[in-house]
Amino acid sequence: MAEPTLLKTPLFDWHQSHGGRIVEFGGWLMPVQYSTIVDEHQAVRQRVGVFDISHMGRLTFDGPGMLAWLERVTTNHVAKLNLDQIQYSLMANDQGGLIDDILVYRHQYGYYLVCNASNRPAVLAQLEQHRRGAVGNFHDHTRETAMIAVQGPGALATVQPLFDQPLEPVKYYHLTLGRLLGDVNAVVSRTGYTGEDGYELIVPANQAERVWNAILDSGQSQGILPCGLGARDTLRFEAAMPLYGHELSEAINPFAALVGWAVKLDKGDFIGRESLRGWKRNPGQTRVGLRLEGKRIARQGTTVLDSDRAVGTVTSGTFSPTLQSSLAMALVEPSLSLVSTPLTLDVRGHREPARVVELPFYRRSPHSQK
Amino acid sequence: MDPTQLRYSPTHEWLYLKDLTATVGISRFAVDQLTDLINIELPAVGTRLVRGKSFGEIESVKAVSDLYAPMSGEVTEVNTAVVDNVQLLADDPYELGWLIKLNVDDAAEFGELLDYEAYEKKLAEEAH
Repeated sequence: MAEPTLLKTPLFDWHQSHGGRIVEFGGWLMPVQYSTIVDEHQAVRQRVGVFDISHMGRLTFDGPGMLAWLERVTTNHVAKLNLDQIQYSLMANDQGGLIDDILVYRHQYGYYLVCNASNRPAVLAQLEQHRRGAVGNFHDHTRETAMIAVQGPGALATVQPLFDQPLEPVKYYHLTLGRLLGDVNAVVSRTGYTGEDGYELIVPANQAERVWNAILDSGQSQGILPCGLGARDTLRFEAAMPLYGHELSEAINPFAALVGWAVKLDKGDFIGRESLRGWKRNPGQTRVGLRLEGKRIARQGTTVLDSDRAVGTVTSGTFSPTLQSSLAMALVEPSLSLVSTPLTLDVRGHREPARVVELPFYRRSPHSQK
Repeated sequence: MDPTQLRYSPTHEWLYLKDLTATVGISRFAVDQLTDLINIELPAVGTRLVRGKSFGEIESVKAVSDLYAPMSGEVTEVNTAVVDNVQLLADDPYELGWLIKLNVDDAAEFGELLDYEAYEKKLAEEAH
């Protein structure tokens, strides 16, 4: 059987010609790093970084039946969205397992959905399956657009000079429509996946490289670095943001994953509601943060032990550049989730002592919050 | 050490042999590929190594990789400075970042390692 063709973002040539190390991720060829993961990570924590996130799935919805359709296939309450607001939400299956975690945007032209790259086919299939005669349609415009994240304390100063609308008043999880570089229509949202302040920009694919280069120029005085998926992962990890395929999956319920706040059981019927009601009463497991004493990294799949009894599994683990420590997130029995609980990790046959610590591992200092 | 005077394994360890004592490290290429080094595990003095078998591991943010013995022998010395500070390896893989010294069993194994030119050629080929 032929290998499936890997997709390239509109910025692929730029990445390749600027030292990006290209890897396969979610069906796409993406840069994992340009310099080192730690340098790129620190650029975002201390200054500003720019990421190509065009691999994320992007869908538009138009027509009058959209709200009911979106309410049916998502767990959060779409009707609560104000104009120009964005909502973190989930798509569940009938068993209450997660098909994806998504963002739902509401702007003046309707609803917009951003999903994970690898889950785009499943999200499209779920929407199609539960259409139930909704008038109107959704349109996958992932390939027609690019998405660029500018993240870090210097994000506002980097993006504002390029954009014709004021960005400072745009609150967290809100968006504004406007023009970049005078003539590029853009959706600019105050969202991100790094634990820092920042913006995500959606622009036409054929303008992506022009916008990207303008961001790098504008951010130069801020010390901007292009950043790859490696730093994106360590940044989201420190902020304890879940990653589908790690903290979230069809086999993990949202209450165990600590995203149960995005499940609104009282909003009316939706896919997975009855199962989710049961999971809320008894999630079975809960996500915790772990700090290892040693330097070994407990990667996904590492068994968590209480004495010699297996009590859970690591979902993500890495070395935290900010805390200078080996950290992990794991799903464990709820009785073992209290901060300071001592646990052991079986890292490739080595018994590594660890303790439960509070999540998130990293929270940006209040003075940099806008 | 002068990299052009060393021998190399296909798995990117370098080796310098004098009499029957080998000094072992990993190449600049390997260090640059790994990036973001966090931790290195090396065997204790007295450990017997078998050519081609793992003698330790090196961990970066991205992944953990095995280190493979370029020759068989007994570990006579371990660079504890690099265990305490793996950054030494990133900064200087051929001097301060050496890993272990070995009393080799069979000097004939030396001949099977790649010389500098052959190693560079292999890297160039892999880049395509």
